[in-house]
Amino acid sequence: MSEINKDLINAASRVDIDQWVAKYPADQKQSAVMAALRIVQDQNGGWLTTELMDAVASYLDMDKIHVYEVATFYSMYEHKPVGKHKICVCTNISCMVCGSGEIVDHLEDKLDVKMGGTTEDNRFTLKEVECLGACSGAPMIQIGEHYYENLDAEKIDKILEELK
Amino acid sequence: MANEVCFRTLHLDEPWTLESYLSVGGYQSLKKILTEKIPAEDIIEQVKTSALRGRGGAGFPTGLKWSFMPRQSEGQKYIVCNSDEGEPGTCKDRDILRYNPHQLIEGMAIAGYCIGADTGYNYIRGEFWEPYSRFDNALKEAREAGYLGDKLFGSDFNFDAHSHLGGGAYICGEETALLESIEGKKGQPRFKPPFPAGFGLYGKPTTINNTETLASIPVIVEKGGQWFLEHGKPNNGGTKLFSVSGNVNRPGNYEIDMGTPFSELLEMCGGMKDGYKLKAVIPGGSSSPVIPGDQMMDVTMDYDSIQAAGSMLGSGAVIILNDKVCMVNALARLSHFYQEESCGQCTPCREGTGWLSHIMHRIEHGHGKQEDIDLLDKVAGDIMGRTICALGEAASMPVKGFLKHYRDEFQYHIDHKKCMVGPGSK
Repeated sequence: MSEINKDLINAASRVDIDQWVAKYPADQKQSAVMAALRIVQDQNGGWLTTELMDAVASYLDMDKIHVYEVATFYSMYEHKPVGKHKICVCTNISCMVCGSGEIVDHLEDKLDVKMGGTTEDNRFTLKEVECLGACSGAPMIQIGEHYYENLDAEKIDKILEELK
Repeated sequence: MANEVCFRTLHLDEPWTLESYLSVGGYQSLKKILTEKIPAEDIIEQVKTSALRGRGGAGFPTGLKWSFMPRQSEGQKYIVCNSDEGEPGTCKDRDILRYNPHQLIEGMAIAGYCIGADTGYNYIRGEFWEPYSRFDNALKEAREAGYLGDKLFGSDFNFDAHSHLGGGAYICGEETALLESIEGKKGQPRFKPPFPAGFGLYGKPTTINNTETLASIPVIVEKGGQWFLEHGKPNNGGTKLFSVSGNVNRPGNYEIDMGTPFSELLEMCGGMKDGYKLKAVIPGGSSSPVIPGDQMMDVTMDYDSIQAAGSMLGSGAVIILNDKVCMVNALARLSHFYQEESCGQCTPCREGTGWLSHIMHRIEHGHGKQEDIDLLDKVAGDIMGRTICALGEAASMPVKGFLKHYRDEFQYHIDHKKCMVGPGSK
């Protein structure tokens, strides 16, 4: 059973996870759980299934419950499908006083979806997030690995255009 | 003078490369220590002289923290760098990782030498992909060049470092939550004692320092503790990175001497944007109590002066608010943040941050009751001092600060079901 679970993690992901495991003491494999969850989430198009979390548990010799605990504690793990591009919008204080409200309104209008939702064509998910540590570039958003800073409606349009 | 410590490569093209770092004297402090066999006690003494205090927010004296480590005892020990930068308003460690990662590596190695650790971990918040890539690449460069690894500079000292990526949780900036997180668990703070110096990562003696703190070390070793101290003032040594955000013309990270007047910092940032007036400043990240603008103009940027004004220097995140910002709206957003980020372990924080957020939400949206202001004050007071970690305080202090200086705006919201301030408000 556990072998079947492990097979859900593809070869490239295994190589990646193994590199993280190697950073920690030999008896502390579970330290790689956060990296492993991120890697299998990416492999699966941006979200985690119970089967994938079980596969990570099996791969790292952890109890499933401990993997679920980690996967539900941290905000970057998703537990339902997301669009191809997850747009994380900071609305915390520095972004708020620099106009993140207008950024949210513009994104919602333009994509015809509310914060927390995914567009019908599954291209975009909008997610409100807490401070991303780029406050001097407020207002800002994150898409994938990239930060986009000092935004206004015009820049948002350009970013969306480039992602299509 | 600016950009002399953590930002000393900033003027170079591609400041993050090993070549750039070597061109400003990089890794020479580590080399000097190891080739001249300088005793760890002497370096710790220099760090104490420098009056360097923890740059993550708590401001604990770094030299003193290092001296708590049982460095003579046998067995594994760790140095852990806290790059889980998440205090709203703070964005300085990101720039150290992006623009001067080698200096942080050298600082970690020197710290490792002083506390007897041969392994370091740098906990970088999960969203910081670009900073993580830069840092990880710098680790590779340092290993290949022999600045990390075994028998460094021909000495008996071995040291290597690794990065660990977070997954999105403000609480992991708390040092024991961070250790739990590296151990592959939920980031819930530990009871103290035992302190990390006795029982840290994997149960081994561990020192945790902030990114900026560790990145300051190579320059302190090179130029001496006294040199660093004189950049600031007694008990407030050195230069400091201030992350300025909000309603100014040139927000950004400014590395300046401690004790610089706030008015000068504001000038460096090009003053207030669009001609609005300075209303208030949150001087040290979202957890630090707000200070009215007029009062702030008399404050200097150091631990003691900001504390005397009723707030704290914290992480050095200076959030500038203009006169169109509604203080009810501002506190409502901050209270929502702390509710979101409470780890849920301690009842007063888990429930209390929810109460604060709900009460603020109803005042903000015109459903506030007369007794709500006193209730906010009471709930904040009831959280404080009753939790394992400082998140409870962090959630409560802004409430106390906003009520102290802007109670009239809260009352106005309750009485009139709208904001007291003008354009731009809801």
